[in-house]
Amino acid sequence: MSEITDSQGPIWEVFIQSKPGLAHKHVGNLHATDEEMALQNARDLYTRRQEGTCIWVVPFEAITSSTPEDDESFFEPNNDKAYRTPTHYVMPEGAKHI
Amino acid sequence: MTTNEALVKYCLRLGDSSLILGQRMAAWCSNGPVLEEDIALSNIGLDLFGQARTMLTYVGEIEGKGRTENDLAFKRLEREFYNTLLSERPNGHFGDTVVRNLLHSAYTYHLYTALKDSSNETIAAFASKSLKEITYHLRHSAEWVVRLGDGTEESHNKAQVSLNEIWEYTDDLFTMNEVDDLLIKENVAVDLNNIKSLWSNTINEILERATLSRPEDSFMQAGSLNGMHSEVLGHLLAEMQFLPRAYPDANW
Amino acid sequence: MEDVKKLEAFQAKIDAEIKIEPKDWMPEDYRKHLQRQISQHAHSEIIGMQPEGNWLLRAPSLRAKVVLLAKIQDEAGHGLYLYSAAETLGKSRTEYLEELRTAKAKYSSIFNYPTLTWADMGAVGWLVDGAAIVNQVSLQRTSYGPYARGMVKICKEESFHQRQGYEIIADMARGSEAQKEMAQDALNRFWWPSIMMFGPHDSDSPNTGNAVKWKIKRATNDELRQSFIDKTVHQAEIIGLTIPDPDLKWNEAKGHYDFGKMDWDEFWRVVKGGGPCSKQRLKHYNDAHENGKWVREAAKAYSDKQLTKEKVA
Repeated sequence: MSEITDSQGPIWEVFIQSKPGLAHKHVGNLHATDEEMALQNARDLYTRRQEGTCIWVVPFEAITSSTPEDDESFFEPNNDKAYRTPTHYVMPEGAKHI
Repeated sequence: MTTNEALVKYCLRLGDSSLILGQRMAAWCSNGPVLEEDIALSNIGLDLFGQARTMLTYVGEIEGKGRTENDLAFKRLEREFYNTLLSERPNGHFGDTVVRNLLHSAYTYHLYTALKDSSNETIAAFASKSLKEITYHLRHSAEWVVRLGDGTEESHNKAQVSLNEIWEYTDDLFTMNEVDDLLIKENVAVDLNNIKSLWSNTINEILERATLSRPEDSFMQAGSLNGMHSEVLGHLLAEMQFLPRAYPDANW
Repeated sequence: MEDVKKLEAFQAKIDAEIKIEPKDWMPEDYRKHLQRQISQHAHSEIIGMQPEGNWLLRAPSLRAKVVLLAKIQDEAGHGLYLYSAAETLGKSRTEYLEELRTAKAKYSSIFNYPTLTWADMGAVGWLVDGAAIVNQVSLQRTSYGPYARGMVKICKEESFHQRQGYEIIADMARGSEAQKEMAQDALNRFWWPSIMMFGPHDSDSPNTGNAVKWKIKRATNDELRQSFIDKTVHQAEIIGLTIPDPDLKWNEAKGHYDFGKMDWDEFWRVVKGGGPCSKQRLKHYNDAHENGKWVREAAKAYSDKQLTKEKVA
């Protein structure tokens, strides 16, 4: 199976900003052989229902992802640090605007 | 010829060209070289049908015979269509299609840019809205012509042949008659000689990027202004108009 | 030993409704099942463009034409989302398409039936999309993250598809005699294949066991079929069409419709390539793929040249 030649071109991940002021959000991916084609394909595929005001396309190969093996050391150490959230703090009764 | 009669003919040229090219684009559905391209070609078709509907509805209003967009699309005969000869050229292979679309969208791009200032408000609004769509169609077809022209030897040769074969239909885009004379005086229409030089520059630029050579102007086809088409239009209409003609009293 | 532990952890996640993501450990059978199911689903979207495309150039009004084109275009898009989800399971789109091209992979049998009249555009949208939507709504809760996300997006976009079909057939059912006949004929031809789209009875469906345990499937074939029939009968009634099943009857005790026996011999014959359009659909796809080969090669060559130019510069 792995011997068949690729017919679809590399994968590009697509990020769309739905309106000015908002962050670009990952919406999916597509195949394209060059960046202009990736951009046009993203426009045709992911903004047909007025979903966007700006598009980013990023070659999938350029993305580095953490792995499930990283989970414990990356994310669990922050489970016991509630002092990073405002509800951790006890405010005097009646204090306002804080 | 009254100004209104001229206006009807002029708007039919715009509406019919979009309709016929749209029908051609729809035929690409499920036939594209990759899935992404299928979606892109459908998008172009949808834009063109939208343009056709605006113009044909307007024609129905101004001609005053109570005809709807559908009457005009499905109940007229071959000689009553005024679309450009280029718009009816068959799809052929993908290269034939993108070359045709490049030549046509570069034409409508410059035409609509000029018609944005038409004294006729409907035409000006139509041009303004359609221009946004056509700008994308031009970009899409231009990029593909460049990819094919500057791709493999096979694709280069194919694209060059497509260009050579379709070239004789480009002059028809710029022909004018009394309709134009009348409407140019009223600042409704624009002088297509000006559009031709702008078109020519755009095409030259893209062909250079695509490493393709511009064919010589030798024999050139003409006739769309008089409803004189190539044989292919009749077949396109036979297919498109089949249901309303087979069931003339039915509503769909 | 390690695998047993991993399997337990995997099942615990599934039971806790935590989605499985591409890089997570998963049993090989889970991966294979998903590869097969998602790619079949994708192939169905792609092949499904053809029976409707058959009427695109002959749509009877400009509105009908743009609506149909937009709908078929969505199907291409949905095929694309699904291939994209399937690719996260470690197989490329090229490989999946190769399986389609060589008939190693299946797609929904319904698309191997011809669309003979314009009323079939109504029947396909109303019944075929209707059945697909029942299935897809349920799959929004499937356990594999990328598949579930794809389904959410697809369901959102498809909400107009069934209405488009129902509108066509409803208009025809209240139209001229000829139109009414066409509408009823379309329903007659598409009814049974549509309800068989949900697959064999649960008792004859060997894959259901693990698929339910692993929450790939959130409802069984028979449950989904029943839900589709229950909601469709009324829709046929109000437009004055008759569902071609003499055994169809409301069962007060069950709170569901009883319905007649499906022809499973026909179902399996079509699944195995014996449908009226089986060869035609595959050939159409393969022709498009072949005709596009030089274009894909050109695009790749062009991109390679640009990269070389960048390096030199």
